[in-house]
Order: sequence, then structure tokens, then C-alpha cells
Amino acid sequence: MKKIIAIIIIAFLPGLVMAAGGGIHLDKANIDIRDQVSLQNGARTYFQYCSGCHSIQFMRYNRMGEDLGLSDAEIKSTMMFTTDKIGELIKVSMQKKDSERWFGTAPPDLSVISRSRGVDWLYSYLRGFYLDPSRPFGVNNTVFKDVGMPHALWELQGLMQPVYESYTDAAGNEKKKITGMEQATPGALSAEEYDDTVRNLVNFLSYVGEPVQVQREQLGVYVLIFLSILLVFVYLLKKEYWRDVH
Amino acid sequence: MSTEGVDKGRRRFLTAAASVVGGVGVATTVVPFVLTMKPSARAAAAGAPVEVDVSKLELGQMVTVEWRGKPVWVVRRTEQNLKDLPTLDGTLKDPAGDIIQQPEYAKNGTRSLKAEYLILVGICTHLGCSPTYRPDIAPADLGIEWKGGFFCPCHGSKFDLAGRVFNGVPAPKNLEVPRHKYLSDSRILIGEDEQGAA
Amino acid sequence: MKEQLTQALGWVDARFPLSKMVKEHATEYYAPKNFNFWYFFGGLALLALVIQIVTGIFLTMHYKPDAELAFASVEYIMRDVEWGWLVRYMHSTGASAMFVVLYLHMFRALLYGSYKKPRELIWIFGMLLYLIMMGEAFFGYLLPWGQMSFWGAQVIISLFGTIPFIGPDLALFVRGDFVVADATLNRFFAFHVIAAPLAILALVGAHLIALHEVGSNNPDGVEIKKNKDANGKPVDGIPFHPYYTLKDAVGAVVFLMFLSAVLFFAPEMGGLFLEYPNFEPANPLKTPEHIAPVWYFTPFYTVLRAIPSIGGSAFPGVVAMGAATMIFFALPWLDRNPVKSIRYRGIEFKIALTIFVIVFIILGYLGTQAVTPLYEIIGRVCTVLYFAFFLLMPWYTSREKNKPVPERVTFK
Repeated sequence: MKKIIAIIIIAFLPGLVMAAGGGIHLDKANIDIRDQVSLQNGARTYFQYCSGCHSIQFMRYNRMGEDLGLSDAEIKSTMMFTTDKIGELIKVSMQKKDSERWFGTAPPDLSVISRSRGVDWLYSYLRGFYLDPSRPFGVNNTVFKDVGMPHALWELQGLMQPVYESYTDAAGNEKKKITGMEQATPGALSAEEYDDTVRNLVNFLSYVGEPVQVQREQLGVYVLIFLSILLVFVYLLKKEYWRDVH
Repeated sequence: MSTEGVDKGRRRFLTAAASVVGGVGVATTVVPFVLTMKPSARAAAAGAPVEVDVSKLELGQMVTVEWRGKPVWVVRRTEQNLKDLPTLDGTLKDPAGDIIQQPEYAKNGTRSLKAEYLILVGICTHLGCSPTYRPDIAPADLGIEWKGGFFCPCHGSKFDLAGRVFNGVPAPKNLEVPRHKYLSDSRILIGEDEQGAA
Repeated sequence: MKEQLTQALGWVDARFPLSKMVKEHATEYYAPKNFNFWYFFGGLALLALVIQIVTGIFLTMHYKPDAELAFASVEYIMRDVEWGWLVRYMHSTGASAMFVVLYLHMFRALLYGSYKKPRELIWIFGMLLYLIMMGEAFFGYLLPWGQMSFWGAQVIISLFGTIPFIGPDLALFVRGDFVVADATLNRFFAFHVIAAPLAILALVGAHLIALHEVGSNNPDGVEIKKNKDANGKPVDGIPFHPYYTLKDAVGAVVFLMFLSAVLFFAPEMGGLFLEYPNFEPANPLKTPEHIAPVWYFTPFYTVLRAIPSIGGSAFPGVVAMGAATMIFFALPWLDRNPVKSIRYRGIEFKIALTIFVIVFIILGYLGTQAVTPLYEIIGRVCTVLYFAFFLLMPWYTSREKNKPVPERVTFK
């Protein structure tokens, strides 16, 4: 009886864990948090294209440099726009009031964006801008409809024209949906190169979301090895004493 | 339930082994908890070396900068000030700086790298008040012998213009000279010297 | 050396009953020798409590209970404080681990009738502990001041607002402001770090004292005190120390391995232990698309949502949710079967308990999901079954055909 119940519980738990997601289709980012070159490239892309509007206000330059293997000299000359102290946090000079006026909403801080949105979402979002003349900046997004952000990486990707397909919904109305994209104006990068650039950027944002994640997993391995050893001794000791009982 | 035929040696060995391994585990777990109480990265960033530009500092003038939350004074001493220093040796507790309150390179008559600039942590060695800068010569309240220096309002400790403590006041030691170095003739980095950061 | 130790112990014993307490609660506390897997979880709950208290103390050193600073101070702990991430993850994972352990511990009581005479008070202390622990978790969940923290608290406190007549004033009073705000955060912090923990510690004491007074139940539901040898020791009992301290130590190590596996490799547990929207700072102007409480509250949340509002008031749902938690208190009196262990009980209780466990899990799952018409129906059916388990208990437990209960404990 109890075994049946135990089996039921165990069978249901993974179902609970899997219960998430749904909605918009997202492409897999396939990032590798241990790939330092990718992280460095992602950091460079961030500071070149994103850091004008988006801060990473919980991250310090020197910590980032140590973890990603970037030299102080490179950070100071190409990344530190708002401070001259290497121990400072990554902030923006833009005033919140100004940005609200320009974009309708203040650009979010990116410190934990990878943890609230997920890396697949970010990867799809940054590849999801398409031409839409009805929007203030002329672009819309497949993942985040009517987003206030302009396509900051358009020089790299170029501009994309959506491919529509008409269909009739349940209520009988003619609707259009986007089934694909084609290049309208070419960018500096090919489609594959652009995907790689975005992947590196997302990888960097994932690192920034939890800078300790690589060390965390390393430590976890040691802890589990230690506990296994402890388990052997404690179990043998228990078994030795319980010989009195059986 | 029977305790006959118990292998006592085996029990003792296993008890010891399990206790040692478990003890190591507990001790190792304590370490990160204790370390959370160390100054954090924020404190370290706030305590980073501070750069001072002294090019606009006039003779006899003092600027205060904050380093690690403490006031650090930079005083530009006059020729006369420097001449006065040796004459005070007899009235001081530790004129030569034998009690270590300065880096090796500042253990000299002027307690400085360059005689013109005096750099001190502005915290009284008695009970931690911040003394006031009194460059005036022979003022009424400090007496005819006063050749300029620092006076602590809390308990009346007096220091000369090299931060050396006078006899007969409560402060036991000279004021501290922090580690520092010259980045150029007029730019001083406080909190770091050739040996590294403090 | 040994002589001096004995002397020192004698000195203490003359002033404080140290040896006596060690005897009563460890070396001469006789526990049934047939404890099985399910008997690990009481001790583990204590271990989980210790982990929460110790990690909590160290988090309090760096956390700021201030609406402007709270979110940033958590990220400060995760990044700038050396090893802060470890302490924080231990606390957040430990909270979920605590509820896993508590639910299994409570399930054990249902399996073997540990709530029955003479252990009704142990059960009541335990249920009080469970309720306060839910409060403790709820207060703690507000502290990171993320979107889920904020809106979760907003929704739960609004439940008070549905109480007729006094509701709106009560909700305002609990919040200390017109919305969940700095005042709310500050008082929740006080409840979380001092008020609730004190109550929990006192109740843990009462729970254990009551347990050691009547003695532990066991998987056979046999009272071991009925069979004593010439020395007055229960023949089916063994001293808690060293036998169960060692056995529990094995359980503790295995528990720590599970805890570490989550803590180091999946601290978010796919959004169950740390919810994704909680990585966005609280924003009183924007509700997240889908709010769900943390997993350990979800069965009761589904009960809340399953009850339709009557006369435009959600109060009936609130009452049902309250009843769903409170009804556990009545268990010792709802169950009319004198036989404790499920091993010797009739088929009725076995079926009822199986259905109850499945219903509880389904309710829990539904609570994490957005409402759809299908889910709403399932939720209502499960809510009915949930209450039926308790309310029909006097009926089905009094007609069970029991198997004979053995005189002595058995090993299976």
C-alpha cells in the first residue's frame, strides 16, 4: 500500500516541475556559460550597443573583469563610461525621466533579466525585430509585441520584413500572422553571424544574472562527494550499532 | 536486544571515523558563514585607493578627502613649518616615530615622502575623534609655544605639523600616516603604495 | 581527567537536571524498534528548522527591510557579500525542503494514525506549527520585494478584505497602507525574523515534550508501553540514543544530499522554489501576467479559486480555504476507527487516503496553473473530494473491517 502511494507521489513530482511555459514559440539559445570567449564577446556587444540605455546596476566592473578574463586596461578604455573606479557598479548616465519620455518606459536594468525572462526568451527577442511602420521606431517584435525599444542591433542584423499568412479565426474574422522573416536591408553580419552575436550577448546576460553559477556547480560536486563519503561512515556505524537490535 | 559479542574495537573506530568526517564537514560549513561577515565587495569598492590632486593646494592649506570612510588630510607645509619641526622634538612623546604609525618610507623627520606634503589619517589615536587643523602660530588658547598643528577638541590632545603627539596629552601615539604614493608631481594616490594596496 | 569531568557534571546536575534530561529524552527514551522510512521526517524537520534559523541570522545581517532597498540588498547578498549566495540559496531552498519534509511527516501521521488517542495534543501542536510555518513562509516571501512577493502579498491580504463588515478596515490595518508598501514590508520582516520563529520554537518544544510523555507511535500502531520486561523497559523499545540518533544521522546525510543537489544545481527548481517574476523588482503599477503562490500553498489556493463568489463576494472561497487547513485539527475526532495503523485497517480508509493524496497533488498542480474551464471543473471536483475525505470520515471509518492487530511490533 505505502509503496503504491510513494510511487504515485514520485510519479507526480516531475509533472509539477515541468508545469511552466506555453504561449509564444521560443528558439533555444544554447548558451555555454563556461565559454569565456563567448562571454567576452557578449560583454563587448553589451557595452557597444546596450549600455547607453541599460544598466547592470548590481554588477561591478572588477568582478566582471576577473570572472571573464578581461584586462583592467580594456575595461577602462572601452567599457567604463560612467565612472573611473574599477570597483564601481555598471550604471547608465541616462536620466530615468528622459528615457521615460523617449521610450514611453524606462529601459529596464539588465542585472537579473536573464532570470526573470529566461535566456531563450532573450535570444528570440533580440532576433525578433521586424519592420512595422505603425510603430514609433519603425520596428515591432515577434516575442514582445509593441515593445518600446528600438532595434538597437539593426546595424548588425539589417532590417527584417515579416512574411504574413492570412487565416480565418474561430469567430470568422480575417487575421494575419507572421510565419517567417526575410531580409529587407542587409546588415553588417550574415544571419548566422548575427545569431552567434546574440547568443554571446545572451550568454553574457546569463552570467550577469548569476555571476557565481559556474563556481556554484563546482562546489556542488565537492559537497556531494563529501556527503557520499560521510554517508558511508555514518551508515556503517549505524549498521554496527543496530546489530544489537536485530 | 542483546549487547553480547559486540566488536568494541570496530565500534570505536567507526565512531571516531564518522565523528572526524562529520566534524570536518561542520567546520567547513562554518567557514563560509563566518566569511559573510568580512567587508563585502561594496565595502572594498568604497575603500578603494583615493586619488588627490594637490596642484591647487596653497602653502599652509589643508584638504580633507574620504578614504574608507575616514578623513584623510593633505597639508602643504611651508618652509617655516618644516624648520620648526626639529625644534619640537624635546616636547614630543615619540619624535622619531618608533611606534609604527607610518610606512617605512615615512619614518623620517617630516613623516612624509615629499617634505612639502603631509598626509595623515585624521583620527585621534586617543579615542577616535577627528582633531581640528590649527595652523595659527601662538594662539591664545594653545599657548605661546604653538607652532601650528592639530588639536583634538574631545580630550585636548595636541599634535604637531608632522602628526606627532605632544607630551602631557591623553593620546598615546602619533597620528597615522596611510600608505600612499605619488602618481605624478601633483597627484597622490592614498591607500596604495609600491608594495600594493593597503 | 575523567574524574574531573564527572565532578563537573555533578556540579551542574546539582543545579540543573542535565543528566536527567539526557536520560529522559535520549539514552533512556525508549522508541519502538520498528520505525520505517516515514519516521525520518520529524527529525529532518528539526534539521531543516536549524538550517533556516542559522542561515536566517546571517541573511539578516545584510538584508534591508525597506521598499527602496530590499530588492537591491538581496542582489547585494547574492553578489557582493562573500558566500552570501550560498547562505541565501540555503535559505530559499531550505524553505521548500522544510515543506516537503513537513508534508511527508504529516502523511506519516495519517498512515499510522499518530493523531489518535493518546496523541491528540501532539497532533494539535503539530498542526499549529504547520499553520505558523505557513505564515512564516508567507512573510518571508515578501522580503525579496520582487513582483511575485508584492502581488502575492497583495492578493493574500486582499482575502482579509472579503470578510463581511470589518474586511476592508482589517486589510488596511494588516498592510499599514493603502497598498502593500514599505510599512507592510517592515512589519512582515518583524514577524518573519522574530515573532513567528519564537512561536515556532516554543511549539516545537511543546510538540516534543508531549511526544516524549506518551511515547512514539510506530508503523504497527502498537503501544510498546504495554509490554514491559522485568526492569520496566518496553520489550519492543530501544533507547533513542544511540540507535535512532545514528539512524536519523543516516537520514540527515541523505536529506542533505538531496538539498545540495537542488541548491547547487537547480536553486530555482524550474521556477518552483524561486519564481521567475520575482527577479523583477516590485512594481505596484503592473501585475505579472500570471500570479501563483509558491508550490506549498497551491492546494489551498485552488480551493480558494474553486468556490464561486456568492453575491459578488469572494468570502466563501476564503472560508473554504481556511476550512481546508483548519479541518486537519479535527482529525483525531473524525476518525472513529480505534485501530491506528493502516496495515490493520479496512479497505475504506486505504481507498479514502489514496484518493486524498491524489486529490491533494492535483489541487497543488492546478494552483500553479492559470484557470481554464476544464481546470476549474477539475478543481471543484477535487475540492469536494478533499472535504469529503474529512467530512465522511466518521461514516466510513466506523464501518471498516479491521484485521487483528498484533500484540508486539513486527518488521516488514
